[in-house]
Amino acid sequence: MSIDTSRVATSNSSAATAKKPGKAGAVANWADERLGLGTAMKKNLRKVFPDHWSFMLGEIALWSFVVLLLTGVFLTLWYHPSMAEVVYEGSYDPLRGVLMSDAMASTLDISFDVRGGLMIRQAHHWAAMIFIASMMIHLLRVYFTGAYRKPRELNWVIGCLLLLLGTLEGFTGYSLPDDLLSGTGIRAADGFMKSIPVVGTYVSFFLFGGEFPGDQIIPRLYMIHVLLIPGLLLALIAAHMLLLVYHKHTQWPGPGRTEENVVGFPMLPVYAAKAGGFFFIVFGVTAIMGGLLGINPIWKYGPYDPTKVTAGSQPDWYMGWPDGALRIMPGWEFHLGGYSFALNVFLPIIVLPGLMFTILLLLPFIESWITGDKREHHLLERPRNAPTRTALMVSLMTFYGLMWAAGGNDIIAITLNSDINQITYFMRVAVFVGPAIAFWVTRRWCISLQRHDEAKLLHGYETGVIMRSPEGGYSERHLPISENAAYTLTARDRDVVYTPGSETDESGVAAPGGRLNGLRAKLSELWFADNVQKPTAQELEEARHHAEHEHALTAALDGVAADGHQFDGHHAVEGESLRGH
Amino acid sequence: MSNELTGPGTSADNLPAEEPIPNPGLPSHTWRPTDIDEDAARRAERQIASMYLLSMVCVVLFCVTYFVADVGDNWTTFLGLGASTVGLGVFLGLALLLIGAATIQWARKLMSDVEMVEMRHPARSSDEDREATLQALSSGAEDSGIARRPLIRNTLLASVGMLGVPAVVLLRDLGPTPGQAAEADYPGAGLEKTVWTPGMRVVRDVVGTPIRASDLEIGDLVNAQPEAIFPSEESGLPELEGAELLIAKSKAAVIVVRMEPDTIIPGEGRDNWSVDGIVCYSKICTHVGCPISLYERTTHHLLCPCHQSTFDLSDSGRVVFGPAGRHLPQLPLAVDEEGFLVAQSDFTEPVGPTYWERDHKDIGDQGEADL
Repeated sequence: MSIDTSRVATSNSSAATAKKPGKAGAVANWADERLGLGTAMKKNLRKVFPDHWSFMLGEIALWSFVVLLLTGVFLTLWYHPSMAEVVYEGSYDPLRGVLMSDAMASTLDISFDVRGGLMIRQAHHWAAMIFIASMMIHLLRVYFTGAYRKPRELNWVIGCLLLLLGTLEGFTGYSLPDDLLSGTGIRAADGFMKSIPVVGTYVSFFLFGGEFPGDQIIPRLYMIHVLLIPGLLLALIAAHMLLLVYHKHTQWPGPGRTEENVVGFPMLPVYAAKAGGFFFIVFGVTAIMGGLLGINPIWKYGPYDPTKVTAGSQPDWYMGWPDGALRIMPGWEFHLGGYSFALNVFLPIIVLPGLMFTILLLLPFIESWITGDKREHHLLERPRNAPTRTALMVSLMTFYGLMWAAGGNDIIAITLNSDINQITYFMRVAVFVGPAIAFWVTRRWCISLQRHDEAKLLHGYETGVIMRSPEGGYSERHLPISENAAYTLTARDRDVVYTPGSETDESGVAAPGGRLNGLRAKLSELWFADNVQKPTAQELEEARHHAEHEHALTAALDGVAADGHQFDGHHAVEGESLRGH
Repeated sequence: MSNELTGPGTSADNLPAEEPIPNPGLPSHTWRPTDIDEDAARRAERQIASMYLLSMVCVVLFCVTYFVADVGDNWTTFLGLGASTVGLGVFLGLALLLIGAATIQWARKLMSDVEMVEMRHPARSSDEDREATLQALSSGAEDSGIARRPLIRNTLLASVGMLGVPAVVLLRDLGPTPGQAAEADYPGAGLEKTVWTPGMRVVRDVVGTPIRASDLEIGDLVNAQPEAIFPSEESGLPELEGAELLIAKSKAAVIVVRMEPDTIIPGEGRDNWSVDGIVCYSKICTHVGCPISLYERTTHHLLCPCHQSTFDLSDSGRVVFGPAGRHLPQLPLAVDEEGFLVAQSDFTEPVGPTYWERDHKDIGDQGEADL
């Protein structure tokens, strides 16, 4: 089909012409004379954002946070953050007449007597899960593509803080109904606090206003949940977005896309419409989930009673991995000079999450220190092109996943009808061995993918056409990939191992920290070891020359390729038809 | 790019300049059917407008559901949820989804899809800007005299730093210290005590009826409480309510089990803590404080549902598996003149999770079995 470009719609032009100001112009003038919007918005209205599906993941997190604010405000209209004892008199028959806290009773009222209350409550809970899950996946995307490299390290740090705060926000949120499940969670949290050496007991007494459970914890968690953490989240999200605008978005390399430019669609109208529309999609999905998918049915758990518990008590999934660490930790506790060290609690639930979070925060700084790379990076890297980086995160993910599975060891035991003791012993070993295996496998996997890319560049793609030589040997025919595809594969930096040799200042004096730099050089070598570098122009030229030679040998066959292969997507198909022989 | 920021020893400038393949430049724009075919464009326009219209219909249906569907009694009409919840969620969700889908369709089909190029700038400021800023900073510092008058600077820093003290001191009344809580005048106050007192009856959970020792069969397990939780005129115990009741329950809950008397391996000095094979242990896990109640009568093992710590009730509550570091505290039992189970005393050690000031050594291996 030929394209008649003379009939192109007028909408498809990037040069819009301003119209004469009318009524809207008068309003704009009024505002600009007071706010100076003209200058402020001049550049940003048509700011360019690159397009890729994975750039949407952070957007899911942003919009689900907005959904959380909207639905959360609705819930506060009926929720009572009070531990005063009341008799439930609402619509839910099985609990009518039961003594419970006002918090629980008002949550039941939201669920059964406020129209739309349960839908919004469930949408709020689902949105919270989507918020945390999308932050995690967004974090993985940013990591695996190397988008956290200079100048974006601080935005990585802000993002990590958002994940931490989001998790705490989730915990304080699901604790508010004061039902049996969440109360059990708070009781465990009290145990966690008490395990902290020296100050733990005081932390617990100050938070609970005395002995557990007291009557202060729900109102205090409420304040933390609706004021303190959301305020911090809002401020950090604002900073995250401002930095995103200042740095401009990263982009995938490709023809015309370089470190110096950003190629994509303008904020107005395309991204305003796409991102704005996507807010409605996220909100719509959470509303439908709130209407159709039950979550946290507190009426089935009943009110909190410190003497009761249900089997299979588990926190929300994002709190699951430290809980797993807690489950597989040996019961190490010792006493010294009249004091108790509850290492069986303190190490897995206080130290380990803190350590993991610190590692996460430091990842960009560790990498740039090892590689000695201080350049700005705006082009994304494919995970395979940074094998050690990719392997490091897969290793951390494996650790996380195994810990998370350990947090469900009772569910696994019941589902697989196996012995919980053996699952626990297995996990104690697996959380150390698993990440090591994952690291090694991922690293080698990345390197073989790099070799595959190199083969495609040097020898072309596999056509699926099998050739038989006069001697009777078989070989597969390769054809060169397109110029654009070849450029995209080579649009990456060559890895440079850090060498401490040049470590002298202007006057030729050796820089201090020589031993540390020796370690750095070794780590840098390990970091890049076995990576496949893109071919040089000369190597590519030789490979092409070789291929031309091969093609010359098989040229006679070119017209009579196996029938059907003319439609394999690598050829122009105009005038082609099945030859039918 | 900011090569001037590259530190010594980094090799950014050693990179080979020659690239194997030159940048072919942006591919040319390909027209969409809606760009070149007015009918396709009009079709897209109709699609988008109908989605906006349908969204409005959904809002109407949302309102209808709101006023027609019942909440309260019929709360399991569909999918275990009420008709109101399902209807409101679906119609609100569809109304929102349709707006979202229409707007994105508009962006994809009708808005310009010509890619634009914007140039980047290094994140760092220009040298002139840095110079000017440093100049301004030093002028400001110079004008204030902060460098020349260290006394003012140091006292300023110290005084502002001191403001942290009121911020912390003001938080003091968040709660009593553990020591103060132990002195409070509610029964069983403090981490070291519970409401159990010598001679207090062990009563059934929920109903509060006393337990006659002879009523328990071998293998029975009873979730129990001190009588103080269920005060009656007869017992003359004070009424507990609110936080005091919750605190009392959170520490005093026990489980009573009866096993063959000869299977019990009593701990040191605990020979008379059981009554005919009936033993009583704290229900609060020594790990992080979950109430425990999964009992296996053949092994006398008690499993915590939270983190699977397992305790042997025939052997002083010793830990046989899991993350708990200490045995379950045992409540010494006796029977009163009417044949009901009573406590000989309060627990002889703090119940529940370990805390820093807890000064009680583990009773160690009391039984014959090793871990």
